[in-house]
Amino acid sequence: MQYLLLIYSAEGHWDQMSDSERQQGAAAYQAYTESLRKADAILGSNRLQPSHTATTVRLVEGKPQVLDGPYSDSKEQLAGYYLIDAADLDAAIAWAARCPGASHGIMEVRPVWTLPHEAKSGA
Amino acid sequence: MTLANRDRDSDANDAARSIAEAVARRSYGKLVALLAMRTRDVAAAEDALADAFAAALADWPLRGCPANPEAWLMTVARRRAIDVVRHRVVRDECANQLLLLADEIDERDPSALPDRRLALLFACTHPALDAGIRTPLMLQVVLGIDAKTIASAFLTSPAAMAKRLARAKNKIRDAGVPFTVPEREELGERLSAVLEAVYAVFAEGWTDPVGGDAVRQDLAGEALFLGHLLVELLPDEPEALGLLALMLYSHARRDARRDEAGNYVPLSAQDPAKWHAAMIDAADVLLRRASTRNTIGRFQLEAALQSAHIHRCRTRRSNWAEVVQLYDALFAIAPSPVVAVNRALALAERDSPQAALDALAVFADDARLADYQPYWAARADLLARAGTRTEALASYDIAIGLSSDPAVRSYLQHRRARFSPS
Repeated sequence: MQYLLLIYSAEGHWDQMSDSERQQGAAAYQAYTESLRKADAILGSNRLQPSHTATTVRLVEGKPQVLDGPYSDSKEQLAGYYLIDAADLDAAIAWAARCPGASHGIMEVRPVWTLPHEAKSGA
Repeated sequence: MTLANRDRDSDANDAARSIAEAVARRSYGKLVALLAMRTRDVAAAEDALADAFAAALADWPLRGCPANPEAWLMTVARRRAIDVVRHRVVRDECANQLLLLADEIDERDPSALPDRRLALLFACTHPALDAGIRTPLMLQVVLGIDAKTIASAFLTSPAAMAKRLARAKNKIRDAGVPFTVPEREELGERLSAVLEAVYAVFAEGWTDPVGGDAVRQDLAGEALFLGHLLVELLPDEPEALGLLALMLYSHARRDARRDEAGNYVPLSAQDPAKWHAAMIDAADVLLRRASTRNTIGRFQLEAALQSAHIHRCRTRRSNWAEVVQLYDALFAIAPSPVVAVNRALALAERDSPQAALDALAVFADDARLADYQPYWAARADLLARAGTRTEALASYDIAIGLSSDPAVRSYLQHRRARFSPS
């Protein structure tokens, strides 16, 4: 199954770190990405620019309404993601727990929608 | 059709029905586990199995019961599940699913169905599922108890319970919750969740001592069934052994909790001859087996306490020092005010009612005890014995007000009357 591991993290934390702490942090992510690659489990991954760069868009009366800022204004913001292939939820949770994001933030594990499943509305 | 024929038919119907019901009771979880193992689609497995049971009720009275009813049901349910898959998936996917289903069964010996119930139990108690739905889910998918019955035991509406159960099953399927027994290092924590759930089921059943509520009475039986199953599947887990021993010790005293008139009989006044001796013997064996593993745990300690109470009542020899020690050990593992209350009652016997009241003083402001009936009943009894009449009466009033069991309520009213001036 495919799972999206979403990294939610308090912003500003990165900026307050010393250079060596930042280096260490980046190295931890590199090592994690490398281990995913070695396990042949990674399908994609990206780090995102901070949420002040975000823009929300929705159609209002047929016209795009564009607003500055992220959709959710919670303290922890989406900071990046890994798209992985894992046998089941336990395997995905194990990968999420190894991600540095699990220690400096919160990981959300979401299965990717795969067809076919009928009667989703029964949920 | 003659009358005799009709009678014969209805006999055959009854026989088929009772065999189908027996198989349903014994094999429900096993068949659901097998059907859902790879697809993780518990709801679809339940539907297929329900169809298979319906087919059995139509077929067995006509053609006689099959030699292996479990394998018969499995074959029909599998065929049904495959039909459903075929209807909704594209060809490649379909072949894939068929392969997965076939995987679970040894074609050379279809009667030797593997038992995957443990994996199903662990799936139901997965931490990714809402904690409050794990026990109801287990009751439904392993025992086949319907949402309505579960809802009444858990004091919620059938519609709400059905919705939450469906949601949990969808999550298992869509999020890919695995049907596996966790690895050794993880097993302990996950197993204790399974054991807690089984014990919660038993406690639900225990709250109805007179058996006036058939649903609740059944729950205790179902919990015992699950407890036996766990011991059968995990024969070396001391806590699984301890839990079954604990439930058997309690269940053995079930009928002695009421006299002929339906009045509440406290443990100290129960007639040991009314206890179920075979159950107590079985519990003794289980507890001894658990202790050879040298890993103490909550359920083993609680079982040991039950054993000590039974021993004392049978021999009429005081063992309160031993009981207090066991409560100390239990409190060290599971420090709850509930354990503290029971420990205090033992302390009252070993030392004095005042010593027990002193030990409970630290919990006086604990919010968890404010509406815990046994605490107020214990406190009332201790105060009365310590000679503090006014306070005792006030505690009796609270205990009586918090009682939901009429027999317990009237027992406490009698006790109170003995100390009241009028």
